[in-house]
Amino acid sequence: MSLVINDLHVDVETESGPKQILKGVNLTIDQGEVHAIMGPNGSGKSTLAYSLAGHPKYTITSGTVTLDGVELQDLTVDERARAGLFLAMQYPVEVPGVSVANFLRSAKTALTGEAPKVRTWVKDVNAALSNLQLDSSFAQRSLNEGFSGGEKKRNEIAQLELLNPKYAVLDETDSGLDIDALRIVADGVNRYMDQRDRGVVLITHYTRILRYIKPDQVHVFVDGRIVADGGPELGEQLEVEGYDRFVSAAKADA
Amino acid sequence: MSTNVAEAAEAVESHLHPTPSWSVDDHPTPTGLEEIWRFTPLHRMKALLGGEPTGDRLAWEQSIPEGVSVSTIDEDAARGLAVEAPVDRVSSLAAANATGGAVLVDIPANAEITEPVSLTLTGQGGTVFGHTLVQVGANARATIVIRHEGSAAYAGKMDIRVGDGAAINFVSVQDWADDAVHGGQTSFLVGRDAEVRTVTVSLGGDVVRLAETARFAGPGGSLEQFGLYFVDAGQHIEHRLFVDHNTPKTKSNVDYRGALQGENAHSVWVGDVLIRKAAEGIETYEANKNLVLTDGCQADSVPNLEIQTGEIVGAGHSSTTGRFDDEQLFYLTSRGIDPVEAKRLVVHGFFTDIIRRVGVPELEEKLTQDIEAELAATVGKGDA
Repeated sequence: MSLVINDLHVDVETESGPKQILKGVNLTIDQGEVHAIMGPNGSGKSTLAYSLAGHPKYTITSGTVTLDGVELQDLTVDERARAGLFLAMQYPVEVPGVSVANFLRSAKTALTGEAPKVRTWVKDVNAALSNLQLDSSFAQRSLNEGFSGGEKKRNEIAQLELLNPKYAVLDETDSGLDIDALRIVADGVNRYMDQRDRGVVLITHYTRILRYIKPDQVHVFVDGRIVADGGPELGEQLEVEGYDRFVSAAKADA
Repeated sequence: MSTNVAEAAEAVESHLHPTPSWSVDDHPTPTGLEEIWRFTPLHRMKALLGGEPTGDRLAWEQSIPEGVSVSTIDEDAARGLAVEAPVDRVSSLAAANATGGAVLVDIPANAEITEPVSLTLTGQGGTVFGHTLVQVGANARATIVIRHEGSAAYAGKMDIRVGDGAAINFVSVQDWADDAVHGGQTSFLVGRDAEVRTVTVSLGGDVVRLAETARFAGPGGSLEQFGLYFVDAGQHIEHRLFVDHNTPKTKSNVDYRGALQGENAHSVWVGDVLIRKAAEGIETYEANKNLVLTDGCQADSVPNLEIQTGEIVGAGHSSTTGRFDDEQLFYLTSRGIDPVEAKRLVVHGFFTDIIRRVGVPELEEKLTQDIEAELAATVGKGDA
């Protein structure tokens, strides 16, 4: 069982027409594995996250994404989620008037095909919020509206735990978090991975989060493709050296 | 502001607010070129612009809690109790031709009315003129709900006088049958330190055109006006608000939200706030938001501020008209929610903030269901 990204090419819509961002991404995440994707700003990391989830701004022009044998690239956004994919967003969207509780209930119902049982559900929601150190009053607040940056990120991970997808893509979940919030978020991801049959694509610019979430593999992402693979030691190397060496090499190739 | 402009501004009450008068002749039959009529399909409102009394009535059903009285008064008495004279021809005819006189709802001073004062006016065909007055005594507390249903051409004038220190929630629902036409004027007088909250809900009818005006009887009053409208194919729904900050240290907040769907669905919202020279220390904000669900709709939204003093706490307005937010739909569907359900959530969310102001749980529930039924037509039916 695995999430397989095979030769993925993606265009983004711009005012001057489509522009190619991803130029052939290959990546296999097996169950139980955390893969860190690290790269400089503008390398296409977020495009990878959005195009996996099916954001309408991005078009997969060639290549495939297969989740436990199911091809995702021709599915709609909601179908991909129901197939088992989750995207923790870098900038979670505010939806005024839709309470967190109502939203989570709709999502859970859509994912499992039946409404969750009232009694256990309220308990589960409160537990998920409390795990991320969000007060239970958040359940009644409008989704992401008026949340601080850190609260939005913690709410994403609360959703990860509650909806429990097969594979999760975390798009710069660590950015903008102070050290306490980073620990809280990392603990949530680690609890999710403790199930052993889940997989995570951890997209990040900084190595800081790798102290709290141990990756099985680290990939360096430059100019729309993966240019280097390694174990946790590659993360440590990036911490010291930065991305310059990889960026120069990619330019020399181009 | 130069002296000349300041003098000119003082001379007119407000350039968007015509001079009120009880005389029908002071309100000539509009041609459609007038500023206040330019959005309105006059040919569909002819019955309300003609002039002859008819004898037709709306059927009244009422639930009047103890301590509240309802009586019929003659037009002279009604003029004495009114907040202001009619501002347009439809309203002047409503007052002049009111079948069987005007109706007065009296809520005495210091009354604490917990059950809503509820009036349901049902059209039975024909052309109906009516004048309704609500008098709320000092320090009284009450919720008043007026529902309009059925089929009729109805010109209605309403005057709501709220005494010093009183607090009311005034809800008016236009849930007419498809062929109904409803025009008129609702005027509020906010007493010293009184708190007035209004919720205007317009769902049904061929044409609904309501002028809602408010002014203050003293300092310290607070006015909150909320609106919700859902405009279907061919429908014209028009709300024209005028808040006259004529006394110091008063507050007003206006928030009207509408959804439009279907060919030639047309909404009009005109919000005008006048801050007079005397109105120092006031605070006002107006917002109108329109959610366009399909092609072929038109939402006109015109916020205005007329400011005659700068010595205020704040004044502002905003107006937005748009389709579904793609990012909101992406976020919701990325959690597995299908697009139809996602749109339903967004629309309900859009209106939630208005519905929860109604303060009558059964009515809040009914309005939520009404919106559900409206949405089923275009967005599709959800699982729930």
